[in-house]
Amino acid sequence: MKILVTVKEVAAVDDEFEIDGLAIDDRYVTADLNEWDEYAVEAAVQIKEAHDDVEVVTATIGPSETDETIRQALAKGADRAIRVWDDALDDAGLLDPETKAQVLAAVAAEEDPDLVLTGVQSADDGFGATGVTLADKLDMEWGAVVNDLDLDLEAGVASVHRELEGGVEELTDIEIPAVLTIQTGINDPRYASLRGIRQAQSKELAEYSLADIGLDAAGIESPLEQTSLYEPETEGEATVFEGSPEETATELAELLAEKGVTS
Amino acid sequence: MSVLAIAEHRRGELRPVSLEQLAAGRDLADELGGELHTAVIGGDVEAFGAELNREGVDTVHTVDIGEEFNHDVYTQVVTQLATELDPTVLLMPNSVNGLDYAPAVANRLDRPLVTDVVDIDAEDGLTATRELYGSKAETTIDVHADQAAVTIRPAEWPTIEADGDAAIEAFDATIDESAVRSTVKGFEEVGGGDIDITDADVLVSVGRGIEEEENLDIIHDLAEALDATVSGSRPLIDNGWLAKDRQVGQSGKVVTPDVYIAIGISGAVQHVAGMKGSDTIVAINTDPNAPIFDIADYGIQDDLFEVVPALIEQFK
Ligand SMILES: Cc1cc2nc3c(=O)[nH]c(=O)nc-3n(C[C@H](O)[C@H](O)[C@H](O)COP(=O)(O)OP(=O)(O)OC[C@H]3O[C@@H](n4cnc5c(N)ncnc54)[C@H](O)[C@@H]3O)c2cc1C
Ligand SMILES: Nc1ncnc2c1ncn2[C@@H]1O[C@H](COP(=O)(O)O)[C@@H](O)[C@H]1O
Repeated sequence: MKILVTVKEVAAVDDEFEIDGLAIDDRYVTADLNEWDEYAVEAAVQIKEAHDDVEVVTATIGPSETDETIRQALAKGADRAIRVWDDALDDAGLLDPETKAQVLAAVAAEEDPDLVLTGVQSADDGFGATGVTLADKLDMEWGAVVNDLDLDLEAGVASVHRELEGGVEELTDIEIPAVLTIQTGINDPRYASLRGIRQAQSKELAEYSLADIGLDAAGIESPLEQTSLYEPETEGEATVFEGSPEETATELAELLAEKGVTS
Repeated sequence: MSVLAIAEHRRGELRPVSLEQLAAGRDLADELGGELHTAVIGGDVEAFGAELNREGVDTVHTVDIGEEFNHDVYTQVVTQLATELDPTVLLMPNSVNGLDYAPAVANRLDRPLVTDVVDIDAEDGLTATRELYGSKAETTIDVHADQAAVTIRPAEWPTIEADGDAAIEAFDATIDESAVRSTVKGFEEVGGGDIDITDADVLVSVGRGIEEEENLDIIHDLAEALDATVSGSRPLIDNGWLAKDRQVGQSGKVVTPDVYIAIGISGAVQHVAGMKGSDTIVAINTDPNAPIFDIADYGIQDDLFEVVPALIEQFK
C-alpha cells in the first residue's frame, strides 16, 4: 500500500514586519513545515507502522529552497519525497488550489497511491481547498477536516470523524482510495530523532519539472491575480495599558476589581 | 448575471451563514444587475425554503433529497443547479461542510474558486478580499474569469431578517448513486468532562504563547487568584495540555463570560468565533499586531511571563 502526503513549506511572519510590494519582506519571514501537514505526515507514518508494506511518499510544489523543510517529513518517517517546480509555476503568480491540485494530480497519477493525505489548510494563505480539489481531479472519494481515522484495508473503507463546528463530529465511512484532509489534534506528531534526521539526508528527494510529470507548462495559468497586500486597519478600540509589567498588572487588577472580579 | 447561494443546515436547523450569504449575494446581484437565487438541499426543505424567503431573494430552490449533508450528493446537486441556473457567482459557506464540497463543485464546473472571502465586489469584474498569515495581512484578488465559485467567511455579513416574496421552486436533481462513495453514519458530541466553560463568569484563556506544559502553572494560579475558570485555544487541546471541553472557538465552545482574558492567544478567526460575544475582553500578547487586539477592550502588549505573575501578586 502506498500513501501520498502533500506537504507545503509555509511562511511564518514576525510580530513586526514590512510589506514589499505583494509579499512580506523576506527579512520578517521564517519558513516552516505547515502545521496541518505535520499531522498528516504523522498519520501516514502511524499507518505504516501498523501495517506491513506501506510506503509513505511526500509531494510538494515549491522551489529548491524548500528542500530543507521537506526533509523534516523524511526525518519523521516518510520514505521518499517528490518536489515539483518549474519556471512556469514561478511565473504563474498566485498558486490557487486548482493549479496546485492539477500539479499534485499529475504526481498522484504517476504514483498511484491508495490513500492521499493533505492538511486541512496551509497556515499562510489558507485556501483550505487543495485536498478536495485534488480528490475530484483524481476521481477519488474524499473527506475534509478529518480528526479521527480508522482504516479497514480489507473492506476498503476509511472510517473517519469529520470535525464540524460547535464540538460536533460527523462519523463517516469513506471508500478508499480517497483523499483525506487532516485536522490538527488527530494525533501527537513525533519529534524527529537524531537518527531520523541523519537517515533523511540519504533518502530520495526527486525533483521534477512540469514536463517530467507530463504537464504542459503553457497550460499553467492561475485565474486569480493578487493585486494588493496590506496590513488590515485595526477596527479595535482597545485601551492599551502602558508601562512596566507591574504597572500594567496594577491597572488591569483595578479594572478587574471594577468589573467585580475578586479572589 | 445572477447569484446563487447554497444554504447550510444541520440536524434540523438552518445555519446562520445561510442568511448572511443572502446579504452578500444581494449586494453582488445588485452590482451585476441580476437576480439572487438561493437553494436548500435536503432536510425539511419546505420549512427551510420558507425561512430563506427573505427580502431581496428572487427565487428559493428546494431540493428534496436526503436528511443531512453528504458531500457526494451536494456536489452533484449543486453542480446541476449551477449548470441549469448559470449564475455569475456561486456562493457557498466557508464552513467545514462548505470546504467538503465547494472545491469539488468548482472543479466540475471549471470555475475558479476563491475561499474564505471577507469582502467581495463585482462592480468591475470580480474582486475578493482575503486574509493571510493568520489575519496579519489582507490581500485583494482579481478573478480573471466570467464566472466564479466563492466561499464566504461566516459571521462577516449581517443576516437578512426581513421577509421576502421570492418564488419557491422545487428542483429535481438526478443522483448517480454509484458516485456516492461515502456514508454519514451519525454525529457525536465531544467533551463531557467535569466543567462547563460556558457557565463561567470569568475565563482565563491560554494560547500557544505559553510554550510549555509546565508553564501552565502560572495560568492555573491566576485562575485561582481570580476565582476564574481556565480555557484555551486549540493548540493547547491538540497537545493534550487541556481537556477537550476547555477549547474555545469554532470547533470548541462558544463562550460569553463577563470577562475573557486571552493570554498568548493570537486571535485566529476560528478562535474569535467562540469568544467575541464576551462582555469584556482583555488580551495579553507580546505582538502588538496580533489580531486579538482588534476585538479586545483592554490590552497589555507585553510578555505574559512577566505580566501574569505580577497580576497574581496584585490579588494576593
Ligand atoms: C477548521 C478549523 C477549526 C479550528 N477551530 C479552532 C477552535 O475551535 N479554537 C481555536 O482556538 N482554534 C481553532 N483553529 C485553529 C486556529 O486557526 C489557530 O491555529 C489557533 O487558534 C491558534 O492558537 P493560538 O492563538 O494559541 O496560537 P498562535 O496563533 O500561535 O498564537 C500565539 C500567540 O502568543 C503570542 N505570544 C508568544 N509568546 C508570548 C509571550 N511570552 N507573552 C505573550 N504573548 C506571547 C504570540 O504573539 C501569538 O500571538 C481551527 C482551525 C481550523 C482550520
Ligand atoms: N505548494 C504545495 N505543495 C504541496 N502541497 C500543498 C501545497 N499547497 C497546499 N498543499 C496541500 O494542501 C493542503 C491545503 O492547502 P490550501 O488549500 O492551500 O489551504 C496543505 O495542507 C497541503 O497538504
